[in-house]
Amino acid sequence: MIRNEQCIVLSNQEIAHNIYELTLKGELVQQMNEPGQFVHLKVSDSVDPLLRRPISIAKIDQSNDQFTMIFRAEGNGTQLLAKKKVGEFVDVLGPIGNGFPVEEAKAGSTVLLVGGGIGVPPLYELSLRLKMRNVHVIHVLGFATKDAVFYEEKFAELGDTYVVTVDGSHGEKGFVTDVISTQNLSFDTLYTCGPTPMLKALEAAFPDKNVYLSLEERMGCGIGACFACVCRTKDDPTGHSYKKVCTDGPVFKGGEVLI
Amino acid sequence: MSQLAVNLPGLQLKNPIMPASGCFGFGREYSQFYDLSKLGSIMIKATTVEPRFGNATPRVAETTAGMLNAIGLQNPGLKKVIDEELAWLDQFDVPIIANVAGSLEEDYIEVAREISKVSNVHALELNISCPNVKTGGIAFGTIPEVAKELTKKVKEVSSVPVYVKLSPNVSNIVEMAKAVEAGGADGLTMINTLIGMRLDLKTGKPVLANKTGGLSGPAIKPVAIRMIYEVSQHVNIPIIGMGGVQSAEDVIEFFYAGASAVAVGTANFIDPLVCPKIIDELPALLNELGFDHISECTGRSWKNNEQLAYHRA
Repeated sequence: MIRNEQCIVLSNQEIAHNIYELTLKGELVQQMNEPGQFVHLKVSDSVDPLLRRPISIAKIDQSNDQFTMIFRAEGNGTQLLAKKKVGEFVDVLGPIGNGFPVEEAKAGSTVLLVGGGIGVPPLYELSLRLKMRNVHVIHVLGFATKDAVFYEEKFAELGDTYVVTVDGSHGEKGFVTDVISTQNLSFDTLYTCGPTPMLKALEAAFPDKNVYLSLEERMGCGIGACFACVCRTKDDPTGHSYKKVCTDGPVFKGGEVLI
Repeated sequence: MSQLAVNLPGLQLKNPIMPASGCFGFGREYSQFYDLSKLGSIMIKATTVEPRFGNATPRVAETTAGMLNAIGLQNPGLKKVIDEELAWLDQFDVPIIANVAGSLEEDYIEVAREISKVSNVHALELNISCPNVKTGGIAFGTIPEVAKELTKKVKEVSSVPVYVKLSPNVSNIVEMAKAVEAGGADGLTMINTLIGMRLDLKTGKPVLANKTGGLSGPAIKPVAIRMIYEVSQHVNIPIIGMGGVQSAEDVIEFFYAGASAVAVGTANFIDPLVCPKIIDELPALLNELGFDHISECTGRSWKNNEQLAYHRA
């Protein structure tokens, strides 16, 4: 159930270049039931910026009513969010959407988690939960450059972790798909979140696998009312069937929607 | 709540606050936050004869104190709106204003005729001002004679009063308002969005796939106030005002300009509870300002003392 709550900032720190890790406390954490959901944040009391910002959830700690987000301070909204201090409040609407189905990965099976840039964060909570289900996890994390890399050690604690950077300044050089083929990684289920070209490449590369993709789109309301973030479904005989990324997604099964 | 009750053609409203069309879907999403019966009315998302997918994404772009949208009138079509959405809304004690859209005159007529027969639809909002569709829509909203003729034809088939939604993207809004009044409109709703554009700093290209979009939010409020101020002095039909309303204070300002009820649009996206919050805050604000009833505020910006005394009586 989506709740609206003023959540208090417990910590907010820069963990890589322009990448912030923000932990909030609030009762709505009790509603966060699956990894891959997101929250819609009002970053200022002012009319500028006007709209909320959809931010993915990286870690859920229900026993302490806390959750953690990792975001890149890029536009004026996320830059304001980066300046939030401990003890200040953030207006949170959430949790929103359908996350990654962890039950699709059977105990003892192997799962490949592929993240690109700011698509990496939701995979952390997902990996924690898969690990608890005795699923074997392998991570492939892509970043633009060395300065943008985060959580490498945290993921490594949970399973094999391959880091790739576009410029080769850290880990392998190239794209996530390069590492998957050079390392000849085999798996049963693939969960991924990141830039659209990356999702497209992964969906095309593994048509026979169980693939789940988390999509990103510019949003208005975040609750399914404004129709800003729609995408077409692949099976569309009438030409007007659609899914909303915010409330039908953001996670879709591979082949379900056109990306 | 009698301090807030208003009567408009076809609409006996327990309060003058309603979500604006396109900013509230068909209410389902907001019903998880509050009881929709609390609202004065609901202006449902524009309905066309056939289902529409709408425009490519990105469909929204934020601007300073506002947002651009180019959704493209996505809706499930007349049949589904009647069978599913309006049927679902019937559980609430709230009169519905159905927004009617189309490309051709026949489209408007068919939607108006059918949707106005539904029992919870108490009025129509004729959408002749959507800036985001290629044909129809805004063409009907920028030529006075064309708007008048369409209004007349829709009035002939509608079982409920017809409000015409005016576009601010015209050089003379008073002329448009008078034309649709002459065509038989029972009321006006204004303003729709202002056509705008935003360019991406890195690519130099428009952010929206549709290139242009409709600007809404607090940024357009002064334009709405000015236009309602002008139009309300030249027509004898009520105006439902809209354009950047976020608070009870904004609502009063729209009434001062000449509105008799107010719709809340973009603010629903930021605070899903904004409508009930405004409804709850209005009585205290009216008391503070010394009004017994909200309708005393209508047209206060231009009415002379005698007219105001009459309204207070």
